[in-house]
Amino acid sequence: MNVTRQDFLRLSGLTFLSLAARRLAEAVLPTRWGMAIDTAKCLGEAHCGQCIAACHQVHNVPDLPDPRHQIRWIWKDSFAHVFEEQIDEYSPLRAAPAMVLCNHCDNPPCTRVCPTQATWKRADGIVEMDYHRCIGCRYCIAACPYGSRSFNWQNPRPYIRQPNPEFPTRTKGVVEKCNFCSERLAAGKQPACVEACPEKALVFGNLADPQSPVRQLLASRRHMLRKPELGTRPQVFYIL
Amino acid sequence: MRIGAYKVWLAGLGVVMAAGFCSYLRQLDSGLGITGLSRDVTWGLYIAQFTFLVGVAASAVMVVLPYYLHDCKSFARITVLGEFLAIAAVVMCMLFILVDLGQPTRVLNVLLYPSPRSVMFWDVLVLSGYLVLNILIAFVSLRAEREEVRTPGWLRPVILLSIPWAVGIHTVTAFLYNGLAARPLWLTALMAPRFLASAFASGPALLILLCMIMARTTKKPAPRAALDKLAVIVTYAMAITVFFLLMEIFTAFYSQVPGSTASWTYMLGGLEGHRGLAPWIWCSMLLAAASLVVLLVPRYRHRPELLAAGCGMVFLSVWLDKGIGLIVPAFVPSPLGQITDYAPSLPEILISLGIWAVGALIVTVLFRKTLDSR
Repeated sequence: MNVTRQDFLRLSGLTFLSLAARRLAEAVLPTRWGMAIDTAKCLGEAHCGQCIAACHQVHNVPDLPDPRHQIRWIWKDSFAHVFEEQIDEYSPLRAAPAMVLCNHCDNPPCTRVCPTQATWKRADGIVEMDYHRCIGCRYCIAACPYGSRSFNWQNPRPYIRQPNPEFPTRTKGVVEKCNFCSERLAAGKQPACVEACPEKALVFGNLADPQSPVRQLLASRRHMLRKPELGTRPQVFYIL
Repeated sequence: MRIGAYKVWLAGLGVVMAAGFCSYLRQLDSGLGITGLSRDVTWGLYIAQFTFLVGVAASAVMVVLPYYLHDCKSFARITVLGEFLAIAAVVMCMLFILVDLGQPTRVLNVLLYPSPRSVMFWDVLVLSGYLVLNILIAFVSLRAEREEVRTPGWLRPVILLSIPWAVGIHTVTAFLYNGLAARPLWLTALMAPRFLASAFASGPALLILLCMIMARTTKKPAPRAALDKLAVIVTYAMAITVFFLLMEIFTAFYSQVPGSTASWTYMLGGLEGHRGLAPWIWCSMLLAAASLVVLLVPRYRHRPELLAAGCGMVFLSVWLDKGIGLIVPAFVPSPLGQITDYAPSLPEILISLGIWAVGALIVTVLFRKTLDSR
């Protein structure tokens, strides 16, 4: 291929322009991903676990027999555990299940402590992991106040039921967690759990856009956060 | 005969190191799942030993400071021993961190992607720096002593730097823990002072015991004056350690704030029937009380066999406190209220013993080196 000097300059100019345009778009129309969980809708189906199944299938999360070694991206626990400080003994919600996943905190303590920047907060708010840089020190797990991170205590690959070739599998000795389906968002899709929920109890969207469904929902309904007193500013909201 | 005993000792250490190394190969192969660690209790014996040994390393300052800043002549013979003990302790610290990593081959990522916001990054820097400082100081001053010349002038600023550096390594190590809002047990500004106090008790206590063992095996008199001075340091550092511990317990139980009360309850009495840690913690407290009785009364402290017993109790008490009481209970209950018991597995114990054997080997070889010079 012959590229003249003029072509080269034109191409370079276009590249820079498109980069600048993207920056500008980000500044004018910022993206801040967040999720609202409509707990009343979720409660309607007490034994439903379709969001968990969908997430764990898409992300090659292994199904380990030993509960001490389990990997979890999204799972169910009781309100009494999830909101220990906020649920009193008379609350009707006490035994009700609540979905738990990474809060993608606006001020994440896990990324602060990582000694290799293997986990970091992206411009759109997603707390992302690099499984290839992680040294497995588990400092992020100690720092996470929500228990949202899992460590690969063994090789997970033999325990992946139906491997999804579209998403990387992990090795032993690294930390992993929910990534808000950053790979699906890049393809213009909604997170797998949101798509799988038959009750449409999970609402995902851009918190920076006041017109987005998630913002409308949060503006009209009472909601709570996990451990708001710690200053982590979770971006997963529980609608009552 | 003495050479024979020495060889048996080295061979014994070799066996323990080999057992540890084989267990480590197994861990490398199958992952950290062969330890007793789990989803909820993610740090255990390795990190606890690391924390304890940073204290032993930092405590060299308790001989360096009196000798170089206060011209405490009686410490002349043991200062280099304190520095050698620090070298062994830092090497053990590094090994304990290395065996705790899930991907040890990637450890250089800490330097390739420097992260100044992470306390662990700073801890790696200060520990490596401390190792270099102590190797430099110990070997240059030992050589000067052997050749009967004055230590070179440039060494003095290096020695002066090593004093705040020693305080720094244990402070930064405390910051690893007390900067985490997620773990109420660690979220206390008293962490660094408590670490330093217990380090200045347990480190010199170990040094006293090592000097006594060295005197016995080499049939040379123990440096009595130095050991008596060190014993006073151990005594008051231990008294302050116990005082700080009581402060923590008072704050946790009188305030009744659920977070830290839960971890302390788990430690002292057990939670929901899980009381595996309580015997160890009470053992640590009883040993601390007994050591103070022995050490605070000068009449007892001056008797070598009672001094040895007192130092042994201080060492064990702090080892239990930092090695069992500090790390694990911070993970119990978990952020989701789970109570998971932790006990180290056999390979985990063998790996830890192997690292202790490496430390013992370094101490043995380096301490012997000081004999040749006289």
